[in-house]
Order: sequence, then structure tokens, then C-alpha cells
Amino acid sequence: MTLGTYFDYVILPILTLSVLLVFIRIAKGPSVVDRVVALDVMITIGIGIITIYSIRQNEEVLLDVAIILALIAFLGTIAFSYYIEKQKDD
Amino acid sequence: MINIILGILSTIGALSILFASIGLIRMPDFYLRLSVTVKASTLGVGLFLICAAIMFPDDISVTTKAIAIIFFLIITAPVAAHMIARTAYITGTPLWKETVIDELHGMYNQETHELKSDPEDAQEDNDEQTDSANGQIADNEEATQ
Repeated sequence: MTLGTYFDYVILPILTLSVLLVFIRIAKGPSVVDRVVALDVMITIGIGIITIYSIRQNEEVLLDVAIILALIAFLGTIAFSYYIEKQKDD
Repeated sequence: MINIILGILSTIGALSILFASIGLIRMPDFYLRLSVTVKASTLGVGLFLICAAIMFPDDISVTTKAIAIIFFLIITAPVAAHMIARTAYITGTPLWKETVIDELHGMYNQETHELKSDPEDAQEDNDEQTDSANGQIADNEEATQ
């Protein structure tokens, strides 16, 4: 069993299952902050999937996308928490 | 040899991400979900990026990018988790019904969102408890005399 088939048949299915589980929490989360945290985790798992895919395809350019996704996850969480907190005041 | 190292690192990373998402489903409370999830997912993605850095040994730009992403994740994930937990506490997300202690109770000013950490400011909220504690001490002194 080579490393490529191990990535294809073990690691990527585990990550896909993780994204599905996180999506259940996004769909049914009781409050908004639950959904924000689940979205943050989903983007973080997306960074992992992009990294594994760039290893498999020998395309190291795809890591730039991972940098931008990390930035967007941080800014999204900060913006969501800022505006949810402001919403309480009104 | 390098293949074995890569397999071990990626397996640990995938399992920690899987445990993070299982914890996100199974934990009973928002705060427990937050504390389980953020650390485990950051660890998993960091191990994947170390795998990528080992996998492309010729190109130094890949190593630089991987280290940059790991550094950025480790810096920003606790800040984002702290911000969203503070927002959740201010907006009144309920705690788990078996939570033992809520040390922030009465410490936040609900209008200005300032955190009082001075014990004398929080004294007014705890007057009844301290009174009962003083009463108990007085009772004990009487009993010893």
C-alpha cells in the first residue's frame, strides 16, 4: 500500500466524514454562535483537505488558497462575534 | 522511512480532526463544544501542513508557506475562540445544566460590556454569601469558647 492510495482511501474519507458531521451541527445548531463555531471548524477542515489534495496532485501552488482560507476564517469569526454582540444592544 | 513518518503524522491529524467533529456533535453545551473543537482541529491541520512540508523537500517556498499557515493558525485560533465565547456569554447562551460553577456570574456589566475583576466591585453581589460565611465563623468561635 503506497502513501498515495493511503491518502486517497483513508485520510480523505475521514476528512469528508468530519465535514459531514460538522454540517449536521450547522444545520441544527440551537443558537447563532454554534453555527459560527461550526463554520470556523469547517473552514479549518477545508484547509486540511486542500493540503492533502496539493500533496496528491503535486501542486504546491494550492497552498496559497489555504493561506487565504485561514485569513477568511479568522476574519469571519471576528466579524460575526462583533456584530452579534452589537445586535444585543439594540 | 519518510513514508512511514508521513503516514503516522497524517493519521494522527485525520483522527484529531475526526474527534473534533464528533465532539462538535456530541457535547451538550456551546462552551464545551468550543473548548473541544478549536484545539483539536488546529492540531490536525498543523500536522497535515508538516506533512506537506516534508513531502516537497526540493522547494523551500512550500516549507515557508506551511510554517506561515501553522503560525497564523496558532496565533488566530485562540483569539477567535475567545471573541466568540465572550459574545456567547454576553448574549446569554445557556450553560449546561450540570455545570458546577460560573465564575463570571455578575461580573459583566450588561450595558457597557465591561468586565469587573476587582473583588470589591463584585462585593455587592456577594453580600449575602459573605454574611452567611461570617455567621458560620462566629458560630464556630462560640462553639470553641
